[in-house]
Amino acid sequence: MTQAAQIQEQANRPAHPEKKGDWKQYFTFSTDHKVIGIQYLVTTFVFYLIGGVLATMVRTELATPESDFVSREVYNSLFTVHATVMIFLWIVPAGTGGFGNYLVPLMIGARDMAFPKLNALAFWMIPPAGILLMSSFLVGAPGAGWTNYPPLSLISGKAGEMIWILSVLTLGTSSILAAINFLVTIAKMRTPGMGWNQMPLFCWAMFATSILAVIATPVLAGALILLSFDVLIGTAFFNPTGGGDPIVYQHLFWFYSHPAVYIMILPVFGMISELISVHARKPIFGYKAIAYSSLAICGLGLIVWVHHMFTSGTPPWMRMFFMITTMIIAVPTGIKVFSWLATLWGGKLDDSSALLFAMGFIALFVIGGISGVMTASVPFDIHVHDTYFVVAHLHYVLFGGSVFGLYGAFYHWFPKITGRMMNEAWGKAHFWLSFVGFNLAFMPMHKLGLEGMNRRIAEYDPKFATLNLICTIGAFLLAMSTIPFIVNVTWSWLRGEPAGDNPWRALTLEWMTTSPPPPENFIADPVLATGPYDYGLAPRSTEVDVPFSDASNPALSAGPSSTLRAKPDPVVAANPSDRGTESNNR
Amino acid sequence: MNIPSQISTLLAGIILTLVSLWYGQNHNLLPIAASEAAPLIDQLFGAMLTIGTGIFLLVIFVLVYSYFRFRRDPDDLSDGPPVHGNIPLEILWTAIPAVIVLGISVYSFEIYNTESGMNPMDHSMAAHSKHSHQVAQMKGSAIAAPLIAQVDPVAKDAEVRQNAATDAIEEKIPLRQDAPAAGNVAPRAGSIPATGQEPLVINAAGMQYAWLFTYPEEIIAGELHLPVGRPVVMNITANDVLHAFWVPEFRLKQDAVPGRQSEIRFVPTKEGDYPIICAELCGAYHGAMKSHVVVESLEAYETWLQSMKVAQTNASDRAIALNPAEMTDSEYLAPYAQEAGVTPDLLHQLHPMS
Repeated sequence: MTQAAQIQEQANRPAHPEKKGDWKQYFTFSTDHKVIGIQYLVTTFVFYLIGGVLATMVRTELATPESDFVSREVYNSLFTVHATVMIFLWIVPAGTGGFGNYLVPLMIGARDMAFPKLNALAFWMIPPAGILLMSSFLVGAPGAGWTNYPPLSLISGKAGEMIWILSVLTLGTSSILAAINFLVTIAKMRTPGMGWNQMPLFCWAMFATSILAVIATPVLAGALILLSFDVLIGTAFFNPTGGGDPIVYQHLFWFYSHPAVYIMILPVFGMISELISVHARKPIFGYKAIAYSSLAICGLGLIVWVHHMFTSGTPPWMRMFFMITTMIIAVPTGIKVFSWLATLWGGKLDDSSALLFAMGFIALFVIGGISGVMTASVPFDIHVHDTYFVVAHLHYVLFGGSVFGLYGAFYHWFPKITGRMMNEAWGKAHFWLSFVGFNLAFMPMHKLGLEGMNRRIAEYDPKFATLNLICTIGAFLLAMSTIPFIVNVTWSWLRGEPAGDNPWRALTLEWMTTSPPPPENFIADPVLATGPYDYGLAPRSTEVDVPFSDASNPALSAGPSSTLRAKPDPVVAANPSDRGTESNNR
Repeated sequence: MNIPSQISTLLAGIILTLVSLWYGQNHNLLPIAASEAAPLIDQLFGAMLTIGTGIFLLVIFVLVYSYFRFRRDPDDLSDGPPVHGNIPLEILWTAIPAVIVLGISVYSFEIYNTESGMNPMDHSMAAHSKHSHQVAQMKGSAIAAPLIAQVDPVAKDAEVRQNAATDAIEEKIPLRQDAPAAGNVAPRAGSIPATGQEPLVINAAGMQYAWLFTYPEEIIAGELHLPVGRPVVMNITANDVLHAFWVPEFRLKQDAVPGRQSEIRFVPTKEGDYPIICAELCGAYHGAMKSHVVVESLEAYETWLQSMKVAQTNASDRAIALNPAEMTDSEYLAPYAQEAGVTPDLLHQLHPMS
């Protein structure tokens, strides 16, 4: 073979040679963003189930006032690892790594993420970090809470603490790498014609999330590295016995961990914007307001961390400053909620599980948001800080918010990912079981906290027994609610009704390719013909005829630089007559 | 957009407002209010709950109404009206939440200020009061507390140093008394200057898993007794890990931080027996770290104080007669542990900083 022929062969080799539907590719270091997205989704869901089992054990302990189900040490480990798993191994990586990876390149018309190998690296940090965290149960799991405040974390078992630190450091590193990738991908790889204001709102949300992750996560890493010095080699950064200050750790920890709430919720805000517009068949109301409010939340989210420390010996001026910044963040959040409601109002709502979860998300998130404004108020927060009121608040935001949003996203994008529809009856059973179970589990906690039940306790005053029993029953229902979902996903993936390429008749670019999309996403460069939410503007055909056959289209099997692809036919997003045909100048 | 008629909107608004106002005042979610600060905080909560209920009901109404009213037929493949935005409406719903949260901020600030939370001068005077210094000089008073109660200062210091745990606390965790960082840390709950009464200064020390309270006349107790209506200034610290002093009926909480001293002020206003709860995760037995505060009449309080003096004099004599230097920490602490609310199994968890 001549050198020229070798170069030609190299050029013609597909960047992503995996065959569609080959399950083994999900166990490889694939660099295809779709494979990585599915790897994230499945892995994080497994961790969600593990975190759920831990939560169920916590609630079993709390079914009665006495500490009688597990030992007190084990109880502390259960809630510590539960929270760590749910935050670092489920919500953050599922929202950003899972849906972000799968959808962002498709939505902006790119063939992959900017740095595919970095992407694979970021994912492959997750399973070892998760397994490492679980292994801590073999040596005495960490029990100082997911905040891991010193000095308690310094006098707990060193092995468990170090495993926790190492695991969270690895997960944080993964998060930073993924965020850098998203920033570059969104900034540089949008299809020609897609300006910032033509970008789907999920991409805006991912952009804001990634800025937060890049700025805030290194601070957590710094805190954890210093903490590990204190644990391992006896330094005294945070150890008061050597003159260190445990409050400094709290500042560093919350500088990351409050923005982490937005890292968890912002992508879900983006998903909800997509879902509601499509399923209400209306343009999203106030596109720019929603897009820019994500950036506002990103900016404000970095200056609210001290509201977790109002009782930690924080000076009055600092309490007042952070009270006001925390209150103000309710404004951009409120803008989003009202815009979603206005989008629903007067729409043509379909009866889908995805929409049901999106609407459930709004209802529950509003409760979490209102209690969030309450806890921002210093005098009131001093009463409820570290009580079950806060436990209720954070679960309304992170379960009622993030997890309901993620479920909605599963139902919405499942047809794109698998090419098959999910079963609606099972979906609705899943929703109602989750919704009722969730409210039973967490609504009474508001009263428990206000009445005087502190959090992170294995035993409590018998006067709280009835409400706690209701919470526990709700938690069991919530645990059971995952069963219809798992059955639905498994059955639908194997035998579900074929979905077609665009079952929701949506207008964003991910629906303009086959379901599931081919390697490198589009057989030719997509061209924007409409905005992402231009519903109701003119009759159009959203059925896109995308030939997908290696035999009929040799370009498909060729590499991106192959001459076969020099003049591809553009894939048109929707009826070009709406806006006039745009030329493909890529 | 399909906007309902003005009359029905007005009626819905009135009903929404009335329901919110009613629930904000009749929620029955809080325990009784037993400090001067508590009714203020309850008012604030009531106001926030009223606004929150209104917003919640509005959102739920729109969701439920939309879900049923705007449902499309399965065969209807048309789109909704192409409403992209409405600038006046968007300005309105940006302005209204902004005004609401600013209003809540100002109201919260006012409540906080009424609790004297923003008055550093007031704090510095109290922090330098005689009692404050007298009590605070007893470094490491928590674990060896009964021993040091009734002996002369020189002997007291010597005996304190016989206890390894106390020694560790004294030398390894420097209390930052009057340090700038630790100085202005408290919610100054209760209108202490206005009453004209000398505040009762109490030192509270949190340790795994008990509270020890040191009264001005070096009375040490595991539970708190307070005369009703008298201002209290409580200096708080911790001997090992973070704890938090919380009395739900007072609506007040303050973390106990090792190496720092924080402060909380309040005026108990209702006689009764209320729980003291540790609100900051402090170890395996965190849930069992409980004590209680008895708010009682001045006479009952004086009686209790006298009984404590007698009991601790006897206890101290006995302790000295037994020569604590020859005893292990456990043997020495056993008689006092029960008094302090520490059960034997809790005591096993007690360990000095590693």
